[in-house]
Amino acid sequence: MRQRVLSLLLVALLMSLLMSASAQRVRVEFWHGLGGPLGQLLETITDDFNRSQDRFQVNATFRGSYPETMVAAIAAFRAGNAPHIVQMFEVGTATMMHAGGAIVPVYQLFARTGVPFDPSVFLPAVRSYYSLPDGRLMSLPFNSSTAITWYNRDAFRAAGLNPDQPPRTWTELRNAARRIVASGAARCGFSTAWPTWTQFEQFSAIHNVPLATRANGMEGLDARLQINSPLHLRHLQTLMDMQREGSFTYGGRDGAADALFVNGTCAILHGSSALLGRVRSEATFNWGVANLPFYDDVRGAPINSIIGGASFWVMTAPGRTDQEYRAVAEFFRFISRPEVARRWHSETGFLPIRQDVFNELNAAGFYRANPGRDLPLLQLTRTEPTVNSRGLRLGNMPEIRNIIQEEVENALQGRQTAQQALDNAVRRGDAVLAAFERAHR
Amino acid sequence: MQRRVVYPNRVLPYLLLAPQIIITVVFFIYPAAEAIRQALYQQDPFGLNAQFVWFENFALVLQDPHYWEAARVTLIFSLAVTLLAMAPALLLAVMADRVVRGAAGYRTLIVWPYAIAPAVAAVLWLFIFHPDIGYVGQGLLALGIPWDYRMNGAQALLLVILVSAWKQISYNFLFFLAALQSIPRSITEAAAIDGASGMRGFWLITFPLLSHITFFLLVVNLIYSLFDTFGVIHALTQGGPGVATTTLMYSIYRDGVVNVDLGGSSAQSVILMAGVILLTMLQFRYLEKRVHY
Repeated sequence: MRQRVLSLLLVALLMSLLMSASAQRVRVEFWHGLGGPLGQLLETITDDFNRSQDRFQVNATFRGSYPETMVAAIAAFRAGNAPHIVQMFEVGTATMMHAGGAIVPVYQLFARTGVPFDPSVFLPAVRSYYSLPDGRLMSLPFNSSTAITWYNRDAFRAAGLNPDQPPRTWTELRNAARRIVASGAARCGFSTAWPTWTQFEQFSAIHNVPLATRANGMEGLDARLQINSPLHLRHLQTLMDMQREGSFTYGGRDGAADALFVNGTCAILHGSSALLGRVRSEATFNWGVANLPFYDDVRGAPINSIIGGASFWVMTAPGRTDQEYRAVAEFFRFISRPEVARRWHSETGFLPIRQDVFNELNAAGFYRANPGRDLPLLQLTRTEPTVNSRGLRLGNMPEIRNIIQEEVENALQGRQTAQQALDNAVRRGDAVLAAFERAHR
Repeated sequence: MQRRVVYPNRVLPYLLLAPQIIITVVFFIYPAAEAIRQALYQQDPFGLNAQFVWFENFALVLQDPHYWEAARVTLIFSLAVTLLAMAPALLLAVMADRVVRGAAGYRTLIVWPYAIAPAVAAVLWLFIFHPDIGYVGQGLLALGIPWDYRMNGAQALLLVILVSAWKQISYNFLFFLAALQSIPRSITEAAAIDGASGMRGFWLITFPLLSHITFFLLVVNLIYSLFDTFGVIHALTQGGPGVATTTLMYSIYRDGVVNVDLGGSSAQSVILMAGVILLTMLQFRYLEKRVHY
């Protein structure tokens, strides 16, 4: 009996020693919104950081989808225990930028901790999305994507279409989708994931029309939606007509339609370039990628697309120490290194966010060996950004995305016309923008 | 005759009541009071600055046509779920009451769905009714019926009603069965001798004797359909397409949790809470009078 007590005591002593050894490391909580293989890779990179030194420990935790992660971080902040780092999708940028004392801007983080950091290594298109108008970086870019066309080469061949000539314009896309359905090559010709992102946000950018006033919100909180323009109306009407004739299938909100392409139901999909991992592991057919289509009678189109994906924000909480911020800064420096950026880009469909990484991979023949892998970046950077294609900065954008999805769904169901859907979306979206403006005046 | 219990100690009764009171205060009074307080403020998502706005949140909610659309959906949804959860349960209970052989096994099987979490139930039904991967969904399409609950609001509403009702049938079944078994055989036999058997006997004798349990289940099922069906809707349709399956409860979730508009969401909760209290009071006031215990 006595021996048992003694051994128990010994174990307890050892445990507490071990605990205190790891407690000497400064711990940092990191919440992210990447599930599956992407999340695993992100956690591998975090482990690499933890192994690379012995002073800091970053605990990466998956907190659900991007919107769920955002909500969890906000709730945690209100309860006084926000994570040190949170991964926030690009449309949460305006909400975070105006979060005042809840966040530490990245430029301040590096200035305060004295950790050297040069934000000019990032691609301008990526950097400017997460910077103030004067160029100061607010959050750390990490996983950036853009919207592209995914298509099923086998279905193209079966429908008598040339798989080496994917549709360039909306007319070509519609004809191809019709032919695919008519020939029975696939049950669904065309679908779209992230309907608001691809058919409104990216659509506006590449056609050089505003999604909202005030340079899509970049220049002020008093921005209002402009998605009931003649071109937007024409596009929604095209989608409704295509749905009626059977060449377009609505696949659901957010990323729900991804599955329809991956399982072969739909032959053409507009989706994120970051779908690559899933397509590679799940698709049982030959596939290809192409630029987003455009209306060829719109003057000047197409111009550059805009980014999606997410960036890392630093959050505050009562009692947070300088050492903890130091740990965050060191982690940011590590995760922005060229090796990490190269690995992240080459193993996923996300963009190479550093110009030098792209140049280096290009020189090494990576893009010749992997055709199409440079397409997202080339589409993103094919022209100089205009006021309409620099990006979006609209408050409560996640809510506006849902409003647009609801109104479009009502139009596709035949409950309202395209004009009514867009007018309703503008009216409801503007109310959200006005409320955000008022709360941050 | 003295029926009141007299405690010799003055503290003891409060001590005995304490657990109940603490639970009520912590889990009901405090959150309800907090909801009322939040409903009077407008604030940014992070709660950094809050403005006292009196009843502006209520005004905004009541002026929003989508809120009234949600109220309309909720009305249809609640009535349909309550009816579809109670009527089949009563039928099953009457049948189960007559089964002699294997009664226990039969009853156990009927009770099973109650043990399934709402989200899991929704996924099970998704595998049946999904137009791409569900057997019934594909079957309907093969028959030429344009079945797609993702794009058809009426079909989406029908589906969430079916799943929500299906989940509650077991619960109602248990109560109906227990009530049926508590009816003395002598009463039904006497009725049968007087010529009231079968359907006639059921409606004249048995059903009135079940009225207390029917009333209880009516209240419980209405409250279930208003509050506990969130999981089913969230897993199946997320309130869509459009706002076809957005009930008042789902609207509170969407505005409060997804859109982080705590003021507007709290105002909606307060309105819903008031509505349910009123509804329950009305039920007790008017329906209970017709109930025999």
